[in-house]
Amino acid sequence: MAPAMAGFIVDGTDPQTWDDIVAAALAALGEEFTVTPEPAAPARPGTAADGLSQRATWYDTFDWRLSKAGVTLEYVPGRGGSELRLSSAKPDADADVTQPVAGWQPSRPHLIGDLEGGPVGARLASLVAMRALIPVAATVTATAAYRLLNSDGKTVARLLVDQPAVTGPQPGPLPPRLAVAEVRGYQAQARRAVRLLTAVTGLSAGARPLFADALRLTGRRPGDYSNKVDAEISADMPAAGAAATILLRLLDTIDANGGGVLADIDTEFLHDLRVSVRRTRSALKLFGDVLALTAEELECYAAGFKWVGDLTTPTRDLDVHLLDFPGTVRSLAAARPDDLEPFRAYLEGRRRREFRVLTRGLRSPRYAALTQEWRARLSKIQQERAGSATGRRNRAGHRYQPPGGSARVLAAERTRAAFVKVAKRGAAITPDSPAQDLHDLRKRGKELRYALEFFAPLHEPGAYANVVGDLKRLQDCLGEFQDTEVQIEEIRSIAAAMLAAHEAPAVTLLAMGEVTAGLAARQRAARADFERRFTAFADVAGQRRMAALLRGGTA
Amino acid sequence: MRIYAIYNIKGGVGKTTTAVNLGYLAAEAGLRTVLWDLDPQGAASFMFRIKPKVKGGGKALISGKRPLDDAIKGTDFDNLDLIPADFTYRNMDLLLDDAKPGGRPDDAPGGKPARRLSKLLAPLADEYDAVFLDCPPSVSLVSENVLHAADTVVVPLIPTTLSVRTLEQLAAFVGEFKGFRPEIFAFFSMVDRRKKLHREIIEQLAAPRGDVARTIIPSLSVIESMSVWRSPVAVIAPGNAAAKAYRALWAELRAREGLASS
Repeated sequence: MAPAMAGFIVDGTDPQTWDDIVAAALAALGEEFTVTPEPAAPARPGTAADGLSQRATWYDTFDWRLSKAGVTLEYVPGRGGSELRLSSAKPDADADVTQPVAGWQPSRPHLIGDLEGGPVGARLASLVAMRALIPVAATVTATAAYRLLNSDGKTVARLLVDQPAVTGPQPGPLPPRLAVAEVRGYQAQARRAVRLLTAVTGLSAGARPLFADALRLTGRRPGDYSNKVDAEISADMPAAGAAATILLRLLDTIDANGGGVLADIDTEFLHDLRVSVRRTRSALKLFGDVLALTAEELECYAAGFKWVGDLTTPTRDLDVHLLDFPGTVRSLAAARPDDLEPFRAYLEGRRRREFRVLTRGLRSPRYAALTQEWRARLSKIQQERAGSATGRRNRAGHRYQPPGGSARVLAAERTRAAFVKVAKRGAAITPDSPAQDLHDLRKRGKELRYALEFFAPLHEPGAYANVVGDLKRLQDCLGEFQDTEVQIEEIRSIAAAMLAAHEAPAVTLLAMGEVTAGLAARQRAARADFERRFTAFADVAGQRRMAALLRGGTA
Repeated sequence: MRIYAIYNIKGGVGKTTTAVNLGYLAAEAGLRTVLWDLDPQGAASFMFRIKPKVKGGGKALISGKRPLDDAIKGTDFDNLDLIPADFTYRNMDLLLDDAKPGGRPDDAPGGKPARRLSKLLAPLADEYDAVFLDCPPSVSLVSENVLHAADTVVVPLIPTTLSVRTLEQLAAFVGEFKGFRPEIFAFFSMVDRRKKLHREIIEQLAAPRGDVARTIIPSLSVIESMSVWRSPVAVIAPGNAAAKAYRALWAELRAREGLASS
């Protein structure tokens, strides 16, 4: 018995005009029907109207994972029960699922664990992973319903006028939406009503999602945050301008994540902040000299960002342990899962303490001064060195050559130097080399990876993907080798601390021993895999691929 | 899906008002409801401001050429639809008889022509929770069909001696059915308590018979004004005694069936 609906959206941005257009629509319908307000708005099919207004809240992760996957998550409260609705932009009805929820707080972020045991939670678990679902837009919609009567006074169609508005910190009205609802057996009359509305100036037929309108009003855009560098640089930019643009982009990412870190929304805010800090430090090493800062200034900022990096390390390390915990428990062969509970409790307690230290640091005047001064310096450099490095000529008519050359030259020089370091150090590693040599190689590899990412817009995409793919596999191998070693050392030191604090039952220590044994096995496997990975990256073919990339083509 | 036939051999006893009011109350209670106006006079269709016309007439519906679904019209009320009357329903006996499969003579009582309506209604089971059949006054193949299709036969009675006789005749007729027999739910309608005869008959009949409801629908002008306002009494005058009486009747009917009224 669900009636078919035909939708219209009022054009423009002026609420006063919207009222006039709705009035014009009612007048147009009045030429053919008697239009009378419905005493109580009928519930729209599939909605949980409370009779007066309908609220809705949409969620996504901070990095827009749902939007990128083409799905929308909406929370709809209702008297008869509230629910989460997951719908797909693709025309695939199977993708749409709902999950009843009780006691849901719409304005708070939710981790996927809050949705456990339901179809929406099951569908989103792997996509969302450790990221929180954050409310990105919320609306309240008041609906006025009108009956369209024929000459017998019979309702032959209904007009529903939705007046949505964004709620929350940036409230505001959204364009009204009109819909003609069919009454069964009176399709012709509903079609006539649609035709009358189609002729009304200022009304557009269509069904743009309300979510899209709400986002636009709040100034948000799906994908407006990404942890990728994606700096807006071009090959002809002066090197200093390009360097400042890259560093400003990294600072934007640091600032964008600060709030999420302090609110402890999910672990990835800190992860993204740390990555951008590390990239900043690498960038300063790679091309800090072209910024025309004094050596003291450069040293001061490098030290500042090292401080931020160090500040964040303990919390992040504990986050990694806790994120890996379910997998660690699953990997136990001899010990029971419960044996590790004191270990988890210890990790959580320590994380709380470390997090307090971290937040004090991020709220400190030192942190504020570092980031604010850094932004001011970079903005100044960017403004001074904007524009093209080539094509300009000096008074004597000679081609202008900015200090440090163009971004293209900078990218080629510094990326090549970073590659040579990796190739040389990697080639020197033998099966007998100490672990530290591999750790150093990993650092150099990270610098190369960052150099490639910073200048990615200047490279040919296919050649870039080839080089980065090989490097990523090498780095994953070196990362596994080092991270497992760090984790083993940490577990040992935690075991000692737990023992000293009398918080370590014997079974827990045994289980922790089993965990370290597993980590040691993974480390050996990574070490055994190193040569193959390095050869794939830095053999003759690999060197050719890199040379082609830096020349601006493919091997 | 539960099928209620509003039936009495006699005319003018309040069948249409009963069908319209109970149908409305069922829909209001959240049951997906359809009312079929089987009376060629089309009074129920008129009450809902729906033209008493079916495309292809009764023949197309009864023969199955046009699915019943096609004829359904939405009323002005949520959950309540209507299959309108059509003047060709006056020949429905003939239509039902013609519709027997293969054209074989099959006019034994309770035979296939008598169950044609049941078959036509069966596909609506997924879509509706309640069907109300507003029947024309007669004893015919139509009424036999209606009685075979119904789970409950709702019988409005005017408290007169003749009216009471018809209830006995109906009970006897249904009692002869082989297999499923609908429940009979009779009630007094258009009751004027100022009339001695009305009071006496109600007292005589209501007590000994289990199939007569305790609820009585009084004779009130607001019920007559339904045809002026073209709406159920619960819409015209929700606080009126008539509206309350119909609510009580619906509640008693549902309770008799062991179902909640809302």
